[in-house]
Amino acid sequence: MSSAIAHAEHHDHGPAPGLMRWVFTTNHKDIGSLYLLFSLLMFLVGGAMAMIIRAELFQPGLQVVEPYFFNQMTTMHALIMIFGAVMPAFVGFANWQVPLMVGAPDMALPRMNNWSFWILPFAFALLLSTLFMSGGGPAGGWTIYPPLVLQTGDAFPFVIFAIHLMGISSVMGAINIIVTILNMRAPGMTLLKMPLFVWSWLITAFLLVAVMPVLAGSVTMLLTDKFFGTSFFQAAGGGDPVMFQHIFWFFGHPEVYIMILPAFGIVSQIIPTFARKPLFGYSSMVYATASIAFLSFIVWAHHMFTVGMPLAGELFFMYTTMLIAVPTGVKVFNWVATMWRGSMTFETPMLFALAFVILFTIGGFSGLMLAIAPADFQYHDTYFVVAHFHYVLVTGAVFAIMAGAYYWLPKWTGHMYNETLGKWHFWLSTISVNVLFFPQHFLGLAGMPRRIPDYALQFSDWNMVSSIGGFVFGASQLLFAYIVIQTIRGGVKATDNVWEGARGLEWTLTSPPPYHSFTEAPVVK
Amino acid sequence: MWLRKTTLGIGSVFGGGVTLATREASADWALNMRQGVTEVSQQVYNLHMYILWICVIIGVLVFGAMFWSIWKHRKSRGAQAAQFHHSTTAEVIWTTIPVFILVGMAIPATRTLIAMEDTSNPDLTVKVTGYQWKWKYDYLEDEVSFYSNLDAASRAAVYDDPRQAENYLLEVDNPLVVPVNKKVRFLITSDDVIHSWWVPDLGWKKDAIPGFVNQMWTRIKEPGVYRGQCAELCGKDHGFMPVVVVAKSEEDYQQWVAEQKGRQGAGGIAEQAPSQALVTTPEVERSTAAPTAGKAVVNTAAAQL
Repeated sequence: MSSAIAHAEHHDHGPAPGLMRWVFTTNHKDIGSLYLLFSLLMFLVGGAMAMIIRAELFQPGLQVVEPYFFNQMTTMHALIMIFGAVMPAFVGFANWQVPLMVGAPDMALPRMNNWSFWILPFAFALLLSTLFMSGGGPAGGWTIYPPLVLQTGDAFPFVIFAIHLMGISSVMGAINIIVTILNMRAPGMTLLKMPLFVWSWLITAFLLVAVMPVLAGSVTMLLTDKFFGTSFFQAAGGGDPVMFQHIFWFFGHPEVYIMILPAFGIVSQIIPTFARKPLFGYSSMVYATASIAFLSFIVWAHHMFTVGMPLAGELFFMYTTMLIAVPTGVKVFNWVATMWRGSMTFETPMLFALAFVILFTIGGFSGLMLAIAPADFQYHDTYFVVAHFHYVLVTGAVFAIMAGAYYWLPKWTGHMYNETLGKWHFWLSTISVNVLFFPQHFLGLAGMPRRIPDYALQFSDWNMVSSIGGFVFGASQLLFAYIVIQTIRGGVKATDNVWEGARGLEWTLTSPPPYHSFTEAPVVK
Repeated sequence: MWLRKTTLGIGSVFGGGVTLATREASADWALNMRQGVTEVSQQVYNLHMYILWICVIIGVLVFGAMFWSIWKHRKSRGAQAAQFHHSTTAEVIWTTIPVFILVGMAIPATRTLIAMEDTSNPDLTVKVTGYQWKWKYDYLEDEVSFYSNLDAASRAAVYDDPRQAENYLLEVDNPLVVPVNKKVRFLITSDDVIHSWWVPDLGWKKDAIPGFVNQMWTRIKEPGVYRGQCAELCGKDHGFMPVVVVAKSEEDYQQWVAEQKGRQGAGGIAEQAPSQALVTTPEVERSTAAPTAGKAVVNTAAAQL
């Protein structure tokens, strides 16, 4: 590290010129930008798939696609959004923000950082190419349950390989984040003085390291069941399809917390800034985040209440799942207490952060309802579940990503985004997303199953409403893409501090920050 | 054609017209779960409403506080930011009160779940087998068995006009017939991939897993026709393998059984071969988890974990 400082003092060290800069970069800000732009692209690709889904579901009957292709769309939409949009976006935020927030010049392992990113375009090109293979792409849902998933055609090994690649990328990224946070904080920054976003990523990174290998194991077992004569998931060979579900969801439940904890971190940075008031209950927020992470390991079978578990199992998982509501509620209360008696303004980041708190909480309520096992027998595998997870993932995770993008784009690019356009994006998105997903609660309660391309006539009305919401929401994201690109290219010059109430080390640097961020470690009091 | 249908559809949304009305018109724009026709479905409905109301109340309180704060504590109204940022008392209160609320939810939930899991002393037993893409029903005591497929009218309407088919996508050629007010035990399994047998009016669903047999029971209080669907993605026609249960009085049920036996003795109801899956995979083992007649050899729920 001292050689890097000496090196920088010698001459003005900027990035290498040309396109190869992006291929070979080991700079955390460059890699952060790569992750974020990749995520935006994947968001639009996954969104296009959702438009196909909602177009088919606009009316009863099959007008747009065949059922098998529809199943490919639902499967790929989820895989792209989860592994290609949401997770890389949060890693992009981590790359940009963690070194800046802890006062470090870069991530601990910059070359591994480069690899962590560049695996992804390759993995997703492979995954998307399966749509064009004989037998089509994966069509068994993103949850890839056997035996159904073993009916996938030629695409099968490529899907498994793509998932392995994504997992390797995630684990390497997580290791980098942990090592950076634990080793490279500026003098005086004890753990309990770190910004909450950094805490949220420290905890998330441990979750990633713990569970991505479990996913890797489960998909490898699928591979060997199909090609190498094992029977992990086939009763005739002494195995059990339900065992896959246990292994998958042991990964899968912490995975959804991996997708939300960084969102909590972002919101915890934004609300204090725009309320001009410190975050309420800092240490509670840290303990609540850690509790959520711990609890996330012992709730997995709430995704499996209908498989025929023993009563004791169902009760255990019902109770632990209900318990997660407690630390999550604590966080919501702390955000409200942060707002309380603040001096709030409502620029676009704050609008998205507040919408997050309200709408994520609605998703949390449907989650609590789903936790009640006997009631879940009616909700499971219906649109009630689809509504729940889209509330927590779209109005939750995605809104937090957008909030963070608006919040930090001025710092990253040196330009203010267009506030009027930002507000248009916010209101169009917020209204349409509710038109899109709220009626899906009704559809689920009325009895509409998931993953069907066509439905009985009593489900027509809300499906049409939902589809209209979907089309407007989808179109609104094109506006977001425009705003982001426009801001990168130019705009009103941003100050160092950007937002009146902003606090933290990143705001002590210029906008944009110098190429090596902190060349001298700041001292934190 | 598509444009005409779309215009009609949008017109019905905004005009509140009855363009999309069917015999189940009262189910259009449905907002809530049904109460159903069994004790279990009623208890589940009550539990659902109870939790929902608690969530609504908490939501009103939390969002109310937020909206109040957004209005009152804004810079444009001249609000000055306070600087308080912790209160151990508040943290303790808003941690413990939710725990009590959760316990209050867990108690009735536990009671209902325990009642639902008791499959003992059934009056009759039906084995349900999921196939790609149909159901098969075997009455173990009466030795009646048949396949249950999506009906022809629905099939014809899929690419044409769904409104032409009565109970579109919720009608079958051979429904499951059961007597009312008798405890019917279901043994649920599958021949190929995982399916799930679900009738909302009965109040539950259970996965049909190849190589394993799940158990569940029901006691239907009112005669009638109850419709449901497969509830686990099982391939291309997952949305096209409905479940129809007809509950008859005990006499009508016995008469129906007699008719079935007569027909099957004469080679009546066709035992249809399962249709070809879209992508055949020889590796997928066909399970042979058929319990013997009478005292069925079942994997009880305890073996499923």
